[in-house]
Amino acid sequence: MPSEYFLAHIWLIPLFPLLGAALMLLIGRRLPNSGVNVICVGSVFLAMIYAFGAVIQLIMRPVAQRVAEVVLFDWVPAGAMHTTAGHLANFNAQWGMLLDPLSAVMLCVVTGVGFLIHVYSTGYMGHEGGYYRFFGYLNLFMFSMLTLVLGNNLLLLFVGWEGVGLCSYLLIGFYFLRKSASDAGKKAFIVNRIGDAGFILGLFLLVGTLGTLRFTEIGPAIEAGGFAVGSGLMTAIAFLLFVGATGKSAQIPLYVWLPDAMEGPTPVSALIHAATMVTAGVYMVTRMNAVFQLAPLAMAVMATIGAVTAIFAGSMALVQNDIKRVLAYSTVSQLGYMFLALGVGAFTAGIFHLMTHAFFKALLFLGSGSVIHAMSGEQDMRKMGALWSKIPVTARTFLVATIAISGIPPLAGFVSKDAILGAAFNARPLLWVVGFITAGMTAFYMFRLVNMTFFGESRVPHDVEHHIHESPASMTVPLMILALLSIVGGWIGWPESLGGSDHFARFLDPVIAKHAEVVAAVPEKGGFGADYALMTASVLVALFGIWLARRLYLQHPDVPERIAERWSGVYRLLYNKYYVDQIYDAMFVNRTKDLATALGAFDRGVINGLGVDGVGWLTRTVSQVSMVWDSWIVDGLVNLAARIAWILSIPVRMLQTGRVGSYALFIVLGVMVGLAYYLRVSGITLHSILP
Amino acid sequence: MISIGHYLFLSVAMVLIGVVGIVTRRNVIIILMSVELILNAVNINLVAFSRLVGSVEGQVFAIFIITDAAAEAAVGLGIIIAFFRNRETVLADEMDILKW
Repeated sequence: MPSEYFLAHIWLIPLFPLLGAALMLLIGRRLPNSGVNVICVGSVFLAMIYAFGAVIQLIMRPVAQRVAEVVLFDWVPAGAMHTTAGHLANFNAQWGMLLDPLSAVMLCVVTGVGFLIHVYSTGYMGHEGGYYRFFGYLNLFMFSMLTLVLGNNLLLLFVGWEGVGLCSYLLIGFYFLRKSASDAGKKAFIVNRIGDAGFILGLFLLVGTLGTLRFTEIGPAIEAGGFAVGSGLMTAIAFLLFVGATGKSAQIPLYVWLPDAMEGPTPVSALIHAATMVTAGVYMVTRMNAVFQLAPLAMAVMATIGAVTAIFAGSMALVQNDIKRVLAYSTVSQLGYMFLALGVGAFTAGIFHLMTHAFFKALLFLGSGSVIHAMSGEQDMRKMGALWSKIPVTARTFLVATIAISGIPPLAGFVSKDAILGAAFNARPLLWVVGFITAGMTAFYMFRLVNMTFFGESRVPHDVEHHIHESPASMTVPLMILALLSIVGGWIGWPESLGGSDHFARFLDPVIAKHAEVVAAVPEKGGFGADYALMTASVLVALFGIWLARRLYLQHPDVPERIAERWSGVYRLLYNKYYVDQIYDAMFVNRTKDLATALGAFDRGVINGLGVDGVGWLTRTVSQVSMVWDSWIVDGLVNLAARIAWILSIPVRMLQTGRVGSYALFIVLGVMVGLAYYLRVSGITLHSILP
Repeated sequence: MISIGHYLFLSVAMVLIGVVGIVTRRNVIIILMSVELILNAVNINLVAFSRLVGSVEGQVFAIFIITDAAAEAAVGLGIIIAFFRNRETVLADEMDILKW
């Protein structure tokens, strides 16, 4: 096998799961579960092998050459065009795959975590109906996500973007016979679409400005275009692309679909709404960092929205009682951290957190799935407790993930979250405060979850208690692997301040554009003193959160209720999610329905009334006029002619006396007239006759 | 002597009397007699010219006309009698069935 085999065949990676999905569509119905497993889990396994092989071969190349592109065919060869700046460009969107450090990271996360979740699903969904349909959709999702991640231009990325949105809809509404599930699917897709509108507008503007969407060409095109920092065009493009990212990655104001998305099966929540799809926005912004770095205003907005989303979602997670809802709001909050990182220019920190978050959030969701499985479908934490000894593997791996997300060193969450907070402190200290508070909240609500679920007194109903059992190996082994990754996953980016060499940031460095003015504006880094202070502070706030959760949910379990009663207004506000869904309903959903009703009335009243009925009325009226014309005028003329003939005949009639005598007289008169005429004409006179 | 002119004058006079008789008289039999008068006037005219010219054709034609007049009188009297049987009248004034 030649040494670049996997690099040359990266285009196969999305096709393996596509084949799985196609087979499920065609013959899935007739297959037993084991057949579905072989095809679907096997296809993702193959994709993972090829992905790892390609990434290894990429790393073996020298740093300057770590860009591998494989073009399959010309997809939209639109040809020559003029950009708004007046340059001549040749637009060509291909169906091609690009592997560079950034897509390599994403590829490993997607295929690795995806594979583990596929294995987990064989156990979790083993007794569910529609087994082949689930895996078909899951494979279709993998195809779309891999196309998104590997695409070599923004248009192909967008194809994957839409594809994952579709699969999200299909999988959230997997139990479509339940109205809440199908509603949640619709909500996800529609809210996503709103973001996509912004994305598309950004695409148009980008094409018009640069004449290309290909990632390898965008950088040089921007340099050639000579855009200044803060350029209006770049800011507009950045804003529009960010709008797309808010929809896909559940930021304010388009996050509302993600908590409802918990209606889907738990593996779906883990894969799509924790590890992969929601991170597409982060990936896209990082991919387009050349544009964003020229738009400081857009980046400021992005950072602020990220930070506000983080604390806003974190506050709602404090009071939720459904185990998956807490994790959903936690996801929105952590995505906010990633956008905060991107907004202050720490692109590598954002991607780093994306990776570590994928590990521990997927573990948290899969672990919660294991808990729900053990609890025979119960999801309300108020009916759980003291499960630690009953489901040991689940409980221990879950605890590992919780420690990781709380940001306790040396686990993965600490390294990535600290990188973000450090960058935020240097750039926008106010946002650092927001992130700092959120870190405390995160530790608190996550340990609240753990305490309510695994520790304390058992509030489990009697009939459920008998069935509590640990999950099968197909579910526990992925949990253990993800737990290991949650521990060591951060070590690849261990900061220099603590003695590491931050391989991760250096690996991703070539992807970040180095615009001269932007680089010059970054202040010189001082010593590591500030870093140590920040790290200590975040660890302390996390420990405070853990201590508070222990006090409120283990030592004095009656206190939370009393607090809720005393602060009932605040409690209700948080519990009802700030009534945002109701506000959106009143502002947008009902207005849209009203518009539809109005248009329907217009259709019935005006179109049907004026148009259709009106034409009928018009035809009848015209025919009435025609009838009047015919009977009055046309018939009148005919009668008039007859009457004239009658009038003319009156004197002539008088000649018909019926009396023979008058007839004889007429004869004589006629003869005399004729004779006179003849005599006159022929010239005979009395003199010429008589001698 | 008696010239052709005298005979023509007589013929014309008889024609005119006959015409007046047709136009003026009420009784249809009288009208028929007037028609005979006209025919005879024509006969006189023909014979006079035959004498003048010296050929016999005029006289031959006059005999034709006499025959014709006889037939015509028979037919005419037949019509009058038929009409009289229907309408009981021989007066022209009262024969106005064909009026408008």
